[in-house]
Amino acid sequence: MPSAAAGNVCPSRSGVRCVLSACRPEVLVLDVLGLSAGAARVRAGRRDGANVACRGTSARSGTLPARTGETPRTRLHPGAWWLWSLSLGTAATRTTNPLLLSLLLATSAYVVVTCRPRTPAPWARSYPAFLELALAVIAIRLLFTVALGSPVPGSHTLLTLPEVPLPTWAQGIRLGGRVTAEALLFSFYDALRLATLLVCVGAANALASPSRLLTSLPGALYETGVAVVVALTFAPNLIADVHRLRAARRLRGRPDRGVRGLLQVGLPVLEGALERSVALAAAMDARGYGRTAEVPAPVRRTTAVLTLGGLLGVCAGTYGLLTAAGAAYGLPLLLAGLAAALAGLRLGGRRSPRTRYRPDRWTPRALLVAASGMATAALLTLAATADPAALHPGVVPLTAPTLPLWPAAAVLLGLLPAFLSKEQPS
Amino acid sequence: MIRFEQVSVTYDGLPHPSLRDVDLTIPEGELVLLAGPSGAGKSTLLGAVSGLVPHFTGGTLRGRVTVDGRDTRTHKPRELADVVGTVGQDPLSHFVTDTVEDELAYGMESLGLPPAVMRRRVEETLDLLGLAALRDRPLTALSGGQQQRVAIGSVLTPHPRVLVLDEPTSALDPAAAEEVLAVLLRLVHDLGTTVLLAEHRLERVLQYADRVALLPAPGAAPRLGTPAEVMAVSPVYPPVVDLGRLAGWSPLPLTVRDARRRAAGLRARLDGAEPRTPEAPHPVQAHPVQAHPVQAHPVQAHSPQAHSVRTPPARLPTRRLFRRTAPAPVTTPAPPAEARALSVRRDRIQALRRVDLTVAPGETVALMGRNGAGKSTLLSAFTGLVEPSAGTVRVGGATPHRTPPRDLVRRVGLVPQEPRDLLYADTVADECAAADRDAGAASGTCRDLVGELLPGITDGTHPRDLSEGQRLTLALAVVLTARPPLLLLDEPTRGLDYAAKARLVGVVRGLAADGHAIVLATHDVELAAELAHRVVLLAEGEVIADGPTAEVVVSSPSFAPQVSKILAPRPWLTVAQVREALA
Repeated sequence: MPSAAAGNVCPSRSGVRCVLSACRPEVLVLDVLGLSAGAARVRAGRRDGANVACRGTSARSGTLPARTGETPRTRLHPGAWWLWSLSLGTAATRTTNPLLLSLLLATSAYVVVTCRPRTPAPWARSYPAFLELALAVIAIRLLFTVALGSPVPGSHTLLTLPEVPLPTWAQGIRLGGRVTAEALLFSFYDALRLATLLVCVGAANALASPSRLLTSLPGALYETGVAVVVALTFAPNLIADVHRLRAARRLRGRPDRGVRGLLQVGLPVLEGALERSVALAAAMDARGYGRTAEVPAPVRRTTAVLTLGGLLGVCAGTYGLLTAAGAAYGLPLLLAGLAAALAGLRLGGRRSPRTRYRPDRWTPRALLVAASGMATAALLTLAATADPAALHPGVVPLTAPTLPLWPAAAVLLGLLPAFLSKEQPS
Repeated sequence: MIRFEQVSVTYDGLPHPSLRDVDLTIPEGELVLLAGPSGAGKSTLLGAVSGLVPHFTGGTLRGRVTVDGRDTRTHKPRELADVVGTVGQDPLSHFVTDTVEDELAYGMESLGLPPAVMRRRVEETLDLLGLAALRDRPLTALSGGQQQRVAIGSVLTPHPRVLVLDEPTSALDPAAAEEVLAVLLRLVHDLGTTVLLAEHRLERVLQYADRVALLPAPGAAPRLGTPAEVMAVSPVYPPVVDLGRLAGWSPLPLTVRDARRRAAGLRARLDGAEPRTPEAPHPVQAHPVQAHPVQAHPVQAHSPQAHSVRTPPARLPTRRLFRRTAPAPVTTPAPPAEARALSVRRDRIQALRRVDLTVAPGETVALMGRNGAGKSTLLSAFTGLVEPSAGTVRVGGATPHRTPPRDLVRRVGLVPQEPRDLLYADTVADECAAADRDAGAASGTCRDLVGELLPGITDGTHPRDLSEGQRLTLALAVVLTARPPLLLLDEPTRGLDYAAKARLVGVVRGLAADGHAIVLATHDVELAAELAHRVVLLAEGEVIADGPTAEVVVSSPSFAPQVSKILAPRPWLTVAQVREALA
């Protein structure tokens, strides 16, 4: 039994990602084949130096670097990373304290740097792109404050721009005028909050592939998930096509830069994308996508009733929660509706005969990662109601923000993943 | 296993059926090669087996196709997925997931196989196709050959009883192709899988086929028989069969081994004759005087010393020394292509390492080497698509990546792997007019070239409606409009049948005779043998051999053409040479 053999070599439960683990698949393959000599060589290599063992088995492609990435069994459930990241993002929306936000940024950056999988996949390299986006958000927000003014009153005038007189119908809009330190600071705090949220989403992208997250959907939603995944890969392919066709323009002696070049390849790119989609659809069809199993009629009917009833319950429950009168029945109805809908989804999964290959599991490590993020979010939400002044430092009058101690400690909880799945030095 | 009964397929909007009255029975456990010229309906026939024709492509199918007893009229492709595995021409459009391991598992997941079985089969398939080291890699980061292997692996894992493959080796280097074919053979022998495979490069596949199904012409009835029977009448045949027909051997040899056994007589007849190699560019004195720089007919060339760059290792130091001490004469015209110690890094991968290559006017150089060896990168460097990280690259004296495209087209032309990338217009006439404008040539230049290279094409034809070979030729004409002294062809014979290939060989020979320097990156050893004066072998971004074609390929097991394998140790490379010597 291959998995058992692998388990003996390096128990996945230890929660330690080691450089050695990268070699494990080859060991496993050799074990399966009964090439004990080869396996012994690899094992010996592991003791001497991990890299030797890794390189020793790469077959045709000698240029392969020794992989130091993650194998599926050291990989956390993608949902854990997304929960963790989005929780940090939620925490960021609870405060405008720049010190707390910076701490959140530092936390997410540290975890990304220590835990990011070392794969050449484009999604793993998306963190810098999100950082740039965040900087752009801050810059644009400040620029708008300078140019359009701000309703925040202030007495510390930094500079006065010439004000453009606007007609009466544009009342309430100002162009130019006084720029105060208070207004700038307020905008900066506000923009930093949004930037932190963006960076947290970037962290999620860098830590776990969004398409892996989608494939963990329940069976009934699986086909929708695949459709979304295919759509997600469509965009990078489109960009690659644009690059290739712009390069081809150069071969025709036309400038390969500039907006015109981009526009002229538009149609061929779309044509190519369409053709590829059709080819992919054919391939998926031929590989069994969309096969359905025979489901007895009662089960089918129960599924429909549960799903529809559940969704109705969710709607009614939400309505109840939001209206003053229905607070009593709102929550139970909402929960019952949710339960029914989930049961419907689960039952609906029977229609699809598919099975999962090495599904990501909610290991204790994954649960801890998710919990650490959620704890941060919960504690900051609590702090925001308990001590709003500390989490939203005022700008009028100008004061230096202070770091509230226990919310800061709550943010530091988010660092837990870095220590849970940190690589050990070899 | 597969049975066609009176099957005709007509696509909507086409006046003639693509397949007509096909009766064909393919027994279980056979490896059947589907051969025939382009447009004879091979892809349609393959599609009919997997049910994609007509369920997916549309059109009308008359008659009945059954696979393992299942009628494709009542079974959709997805309901045949456990019986038929299909691999198309383009592996990238086949992938659903994003890593190798997930891709291998995808088909089994759809069929609902138990996790333990999936796990075992993925590991087996990773080994079978030599993909174990790539298991966690994103599919887009793989080379073309690796992608094709993953695509084949991904349909192998559900253990289908029938495998249908449309040109599985056309994108692969010879060694990788052998590997894939060995895998198919193993499936046929060990698992009893029925394999139906269409391929233009018969020389790669014929020896493994149990039977050959020949579609001789569009709409003609197929002929199923043993390879020897079919090859005796086939309009498409590999060099070994051509040689057999020439020498009058009967039964026809199908493998190099068969042919070698019979070749003693032929070798004796050829004794004393010398193979006429393709006319090499005229070597002139060591310090040639610059003539007028007519780009279309440059006859001056470097002395062989100056451009023979890397010779066998033992002699390397002296050559290097020589090159360093001999200053380039000022009057020498700049060679059409010159790379010195060229290194290129691409996506943190060293794609080229200190490559030296000079191409003289009138010379044809074949770049060979396995997938990912750096052939395409070298061509890209010559066209300025990639910047060197070290060393220099020059085309006709200019640095390509700093030359504006408008000037560059007069120095170098590249026909990319996918010729369609070069074509934007809706009609051939528009395309030609645009090409004239781009190149600043007299109007009508490109149309004349098209008329010359591709007679019988009307102005109003849409480039998409052309066959693969015609499209390639149109792209070639577009590129040639600017009369570049250096012409680069990237994998030009992919998807071409023998007739289209023969036309291409004629065209390229003519261009070389006109003084164009030509570099072709190719896996097609037969093409290199026909065309190239010189072969440059690349491996891991380095030049590992550079010399006259006969010297380089005869000694190489994977890059030797069939004729050279049969008549070794004499340096005969092509059937044409033998034919000429015997005449």
